[in-house]
Amino acid sequence: MRKLGIGPALALTGLWAPAAAFAQEGVDQQINQAVKPFADAVSGFIFYSFPLGGVQIPFVLVWLILAATIFTFYFRFINIRAFRHGFQLVRGDYSDPLAAGEVTHFQALATALSGTVGLGNIAGVAVAVSLGGPGATLWMILAGLLGMSSKFVECTLGVKYRNEYTDGTVSGGPMYYLSKGLAERSGKLKILGKVLAFLFAIFCIGGSFGGGNMFQANQSFSQLVSVTGGESSWLADKGWLFGVVVATLVGLVVIGGIRGIARVTSKIVPFMAVVYVTAGLVIIFIHMSEVPLAFSAIASGAFTAEGISGGVIGVLFQGFKRAAFSNEAGIGSAAIAHSAVRTNRPVTEGFVALYEPFVDTVVVCTITALVIVITGTWNPSVDPSQGVALTSAAFESTISWFPWVLTVAVILFAFSTMISWSYYGLKAWTYIFGESMITDVVYKLLFLFFIILGSSMKLGSVIDFSDAMIFAMAFPNVLGIYFLLPVVKKELDAYWADYKAGKLKKFGKAANRG
Amino acid sequence: MSKVLLVGFDCSECSGRALEYAVEWAEASKHQLIIAHVIDWSPYSFNTPQENEERHKRREAELDRAHKEIIDPVVSELRERGVYARGVIRHGHPAETLCAVAEEFGVTNIIIGKTGSSRIKTQLFGSVANTLVQTSQQAVTVVP
Repeated sequence: MRKLGIGPALALTGLWAPAAAFAQEGVDQQINQAVKPFADAVSGFIFYSFPLGGVQIPFVLVWLILAATIFTFYFRFINIRAFRHGFQLVRGDYSDPLAAGEVTHFQALATALSGTVGLGNIAGVAVAVSLGGPGATLWMILAGLLGMSSKFVECTLGVKYRNEYTDGTVSGGPMYYLSKGLAERSGKLKILGKVLAFLFAIFCIGGSFGGGNMFQANQSFSQLVSVTGGESSWLADKGWLFGVVVATLVGLVVIGGIRGIARVTSKIVPFMAVVYVTAGLVIIFIHMSEVPLAFSAIASGAFTAEGISGGVIGVLFQGFKRAAFSNEAGIGSAAIAHSAVRTNRPVTEGFVALYEPFVDTVVVCTITALVIVITGTWNPSVDPSQGVALTSAAFESTISWFPWVLTVAVILFAFSTMISWSYYGLKAWTYIFGESMITDVVYKLLFLFFIILGSSMKLGSVIDFSDAMIFAMAFPNVLGIYFLLPVVKKELDAYWADYKAGKLKKFGKAANRG
Repeated sequence: MSKVLLVGFDCSECSGRALEYAVEWAEASKHQLIIAHVIDWSPYSFNTPQENEERHKRREAELDRAHKEIIDPVVSELRERGVYARGVIRHGHPAETLCAVAEEFGVTNIIIGKTGSSRIKTQLFGSVANTLVQTSQQAVTVVP
């Protein structure tokens, strides 16, 4: 397996040479110019905005928040009432020991989280707090809490309508619940379901090249440059080299099937997340005396935003936007990862998925925001592409060597997010082009090419484009989900009745706890 | 009174010695013998989406391999010799899973081999024998 794997992967390195040379010639600007009209048109369409209170509000954001709010009410605050039960499921209280060896709730959640915890939590939050002021934090948390309900619905559907193949592998995600679920509702919806599934898959492929790939490569490289000396760094104009190295590593995992690298990363990433959160808490603790002040700035800033463009609406918009980009609730991506769990009650994975926006946004993003607010490093005139640098400066102001740790964390987060998104994109790709060795390899080669492109160029419009593609996934996904809400409701009510009646069997120590 | 002996077996040399010991004991006293093989697995590991997708398939393959290559040959050989033996294969933490299997089958004695790991390694990761001795509700025999 190993020998077979390395050969083709190494051969690929040769194929990348043109891409690297291409980027090395300093054609960033030319590419930017070439892509710009197209990218601007797409992002202009996806981020179609209307003016509200002096700010341009993108419709897609209203679409996401409205959906999350409707889901929260429709399922009577499922994000709160199932929170404890979700934890019991993650802990394995209801896991039959005879099913040991299958994918557990914890594993499905951890895999989905490693796809979401990433640059959004570090870079995105810095931008939100800078442009929206401390008050953006409050709206970000609210968006995270509401987003939990969106994830609940998505992931329940993801498991319910997944494909289980005869060889024992599973495939799930919005493509399947949109096409199979809507067809099941009525004959008329069948065509709509097919169209939505197709659109979702197209956008998901785009998102996997953009936000799940180029954005990650680009931001992690810019952090690496800034920590090694900024403009004067030896690496400053060697983005292509960074891209080739990262693409080689990703290629070894996704094409070469070198499980070792994936395994090592998947062990280090949670560790880095813990280090990041701990460092954040340490900084907050050191500045303990300023915490009440920070909280009052957050609370008052959320409602009285003086000096922030667009006032309260502007603040709210920044918070909501970054929360949505970070936790991807309503986007549909996580449903692909969650659907691998082994359970005969799909709704259980919905409960577990509540923890995704919670950990991602309510915990990790809030810590980043607090650190930035407390250290006073937020800067209203920040360039949105400098988010990581700002967070790095915030940590550096208290722990001088932390930018180095942050760089490692950023690169690892980016790497694991790329691995996850390469999988999401591939699932969408094979949904459209069918499963075969060739389609598989073509997609993966494209994915690697975009890594090099993303890390070798300073691309404002490409970053916008990548945002756009990820948010675009929300249109077909949420629209389809509205039709499927009764399905989830039925599953939930049946399960909740059993749960309340104590009909669900507990195992192991949990059985004794009662 | 007839006892139910449980022996942990993983093809290693030391578990082979534990098996020999258990078989002699079972043959001499007409005890029942359960030969358990635990595939090391944790419900709290971090996997890639690809690994999760293929997990069910791999689990089947692991169980199949454990049956064909580890447990079944031993069990059938013992049965031919007239020992009342059966095999059990599970996924999980070795010591915890052996304890659970012991509870499930009403086992009276557990027999395992000593891995002979270095002191540092044992300090860091613990050893199956140590954990089992500490946590088991049954008498544990550790075969050197």
